[in-house]
Amino acid sequence: MLNLVIFLPLAVALALPAVPRRAVPWAWIGACVLDLALVIGMWAAHGTGGGVAYETNVRWIPSVRAGYHVGVDGLSLPLLALTAVLFAACAVYSLRQTHRVRAFAILFLFLETVCLGLFAALDLLLFFVFFDLSIVGMYFVILLWGHGDRTRSALQFFLYTFLGSLVLLLGFIGLYLGADPHTFDMVELTRTPPLSGGPAGLTLLAVGIGLGIKTPVVPFHTWLPPAHTDAPAAGSAILAGVMLKMGTYGLVRIAMPMLPDAWRRYAPVFLIVGLAGVLYGALVALAQDDVKRLVAYTSVNHMGYIVLALGAAGYATGDADARRLAVTGAVTQMVSHGLVTGALFLLCGVLYDRAGSYDLGRFGGIARGAPVFAALTAVAAFASLGLPGLSGFVAEFQIFAGTIGSGTAATAVTGALAVLGILVTAALFLRVLHRAVLGPPGELTPLVTDVRRPELAALVPLLALSLVIGVAPRVLLDTIEPLSAAVVALVGR
Amino acid sequence: MNENPADLAPELCVLAAAVAGLVAGMFLPRARQWPAPAACSAGLVAGLAFAGAAAARPGLTAFDAFSVDAITHVTRITVLGSTLAVVLLAAGPVRGHPRESEHHVLILLSALGTIMLGASSDLLVLVAAYLLASVPAYALAGFGKDAPGTEAALKYYLMGALLGVFMLGGVTLLSGVGRGTAYPVLRTGLAGAPPAAVAAGLVALLAGLLFKAGAVPGHYWVPDVTEGAPPAVAAYVTTVPKIGAFAALYRFGAEISPDGWPVLLAVIAAATMTLGNLAAFGQDNVRRLLAYSTVSQAGYLLVPVAMAGRSDLARPALLYFVAAYAVTNLGAFAVVVAAGRDDLAGYAGLLRASPLLGLSLVVCLLGFVGTPPTAVFVGKVLMFGAALDGDHAWLAAVAAVNTVASVFYYLRWIVPLFRRPSGPPPPARGATAIAAAAALLSLALGIAGGAALAA
Repeated sequence: MLNLVIFLPLAVALALPAVPRRAVPWAWIGACVLDLALVIGMWAAHGTGGGVAYETNVRWIPSVRAGYHVGVDGLSLPLLALTAVLFAACAVYSLRQTHRVRAFAILFLFLETVCLGLFAALDLLLFFVFFDLSIVGMYFVILLWGHGDRTRSALQFFLYTFLGSLVLLLGFIGLYLGADPHTFDMVELTRTPPLSGGPAGLTLLAVGIGLGIKTPVVPFHTWLPPAHTDAPAAGSAILAGVMLKMGTYGLVRIAMPMLPDAWRRYAPVFLIVGLAGVLYGALVALAQDDVKRLVAYTSVNHMGYIVLALGAAGYATGDADARRLAVTGAVTQMVSHGLVTGALFLLCGVLYDRAGSYDLGRFGGIARGAPVFAALTAVAAFASLGLPGLSGFVAEFQIFAGTIGSGTAATAVTGALAVLGILVTAALFLRVLHRAVLGPPGELTPLVTDVRRPELAALVPLLALSLVIGVAPRVLLDTIEPLSAAVVALVGR
Repeated sequence: MNENPADLAPELCVLAAAVAGLVAGMFLPRARQWPAPAACSAGLVAGLAFAGAAAARPGLTAFDAFSVDAITHVTRITVLGSTLAVVLLAAGPVRGHPRESEHHVLILLSALGTIMLGASSDLLVLVAAYLLASVPAYALAGFGKDAPGTEAALKYYLMGALLGVFMLGGVTLLSGVGRGTAYPVLRTGLAGAPPAAVAAGLVALLAGLLFKAGAVPGHYWVPDVTEGAPPAVAAYVTTVPKIGAFAALYRFGAEISPDGWPVLLAVIAAATMTLGNLAAFGQDNVRRLLAYSTVSQAGYLLVPVAMAGRSDLARPALLYFVAAYAVTNLGAFAVVVAAGRDDLAGYAGLLRASPLLGLSLVVCLLGFVGTPPTAVFVGKVLMFGAALDGDHAWLAAVAAVNTVASVFYYLRWIVPLFRRPSGPPPPARGATAIAAAAALLSLALGIAGGAALAA
């Protein structure tokens, strides 16, 4: 079943050249919705129990003991569901796309397979294959459907993240060589952490840099703003909503359980890097006039919360319940950020589609001509800044409660400082609402017509899911909690 | 002592095919020489069949100088397969040429020398193999008898002759101080020999082998020959002789493991990949770009050679990478042959004009980068693994940085493919088929890497 979920989009992509031109978008949407239904079915069947389900383990490269090993647990399921939801939303959103529709659909279906495969992979080499393929896929999305200085942005994106992936590969090989017998199997590596002492530190450095570039954490975030600004709206939504999670997912799935004592030793580094991301991302976002760059920098801020929480979870001296809470919050934040930022980027895409600009200063009073658009923007902005009742609050509350509550001085201080990030985020989103949505009319405002039906159909589910998580988070949290208990126990070894 | 000629069945097939092609060429009318390439292809296919059968049997040494082991199996199969692809690639362009059959015969003889190069475990056989692999290739480089071809052939020959003489001097020195030419004898002999003499002999020996491998400092011929020779010959000289050279280097390193070998080779590897990459950056001629790309790939291939005997991963890494490199390089050259254009701008819109050809090129170029799931990816993973396992983390880091740098110039070639077509689509069907087959094989080797590695 899991294999079907992973490879269904790819199969449809391969069949797409034979589909008549007008049916292409519908085939694309159909594949995404079917895949989403399958993921939901899997989640329902798995329930809230711990452990790995739907496992497949086939030999792939036996001489280095790498296999095609996939499975799902409480960490994979929410991210798989998020991936399926976002890809479905992008497919619906792109209904009106006219430029090379078939190739666009093929590329997105390919990317969906890659992302689903990554979140299900239980073998380091397999994980890396999907990790690398996601870079290639997104490179072509930016290069072919982007705007602005897209060739340069795409190249920068490829080179930067590819360097990260190679460093990550060196780290993986370090883990492989440390294991006895040598293996790439994540389950075995998690069961017996292969390295200790100096080599473990170096391996964590390589894995941390590789995943950190992808996440992105300050100071490795510089590829993110240009890539986001010049990518098409659906591409940005996938890049921010799904692909940034690959980095944080890797931290929870690989770095923490496989290098527990190195993680404990260097937990302060992650705390500080997370705090830097939170504050720096928020402050730089505050200074942006380009609304898409602004959203991109808030991603740096939101990813900072996750790294901060994971750093706090590494403090073995802290209270175990609080550390568990921090990990749960981090995973919830991954889901929440995916939904909300995906929606924000799609809203930016609506703006660019109508007016051809992202410049905040040239809009104003959009609410009058486009009330639905304004309302959706407001909801997304509030969700992003963490208003209670929406998913961001659930995530951030747990992160702060877990970080500050784990009871050591370092976590308490960094956690308290990070709260300032929320304040800045609130300020910057209110500024956006003031200048673009409310206020006096700007020069481009007359061009902005209200959202069309496909756009609405793509945006409403994302924001509705954020609301559902905000009001009734139990289903999500019950799935995540066994996993975070397991991760905290693994790090505590 | 084993002197069973049947152990050399694949080589004998190639030799018989070459002789048959030569004889056929003498008696056939100029316009109807098709039996010659047919005989050559048949010989290669038969050789492949014998090589495949031999790979299933345990290893042995024939005539005290010819090892039939895993390295030889992979060398044989890769060389024979690549040569077959080159013969098919060349069949179209040289059809009706006055020296059509000679062209194919020269390719076969050079391939025969390459296999011997990879299989020899005796310095004298190594020298003979070097000459057999080189001399026909010089003639092939100047086959067009035009100005660039002549210049290419001359540079190739002078460079090869000079470094070949160095190599001969090195062999003399090593056999003198090591009291023998067979590797097992040398292993004990060189251990007690004066270190300075061994080092000098080693460096001189390396000169010849690095020339064949197209690695620094013997790489100067690569861009000129690749640009000046006919495209199919360029595909041949940048692919096949290298396979034998790397096999020979690895075998020498693993069986004799002289002092200082890892350090010397690691430095050469780092210099080769870096220089090749830097030189490839500004190239607008795709053949020169590919030439420098092969230099940088030679650098990666030297990493497992340097780790010979230091890591269990070195041998699978080398063997897998060699095969992956051959497939990818041939695919890229097949696209050049099919498109018939040498300038980067000529590739604008290729993906629209001929989707199959364009897609094959994208797969091959991303394959060079080492993007999964292509064959080179598996090779690179093993190569990184070998470097880290052999305590040469710096070399792995240099290779990683170089890989990222190389992405830039491969992408320079990929980007124009997506533009609007500028001219009519290229017609060459046969070359397109070979390019597509190479791309598919690259993907297959990447995905089903386990099966290939286990064999």
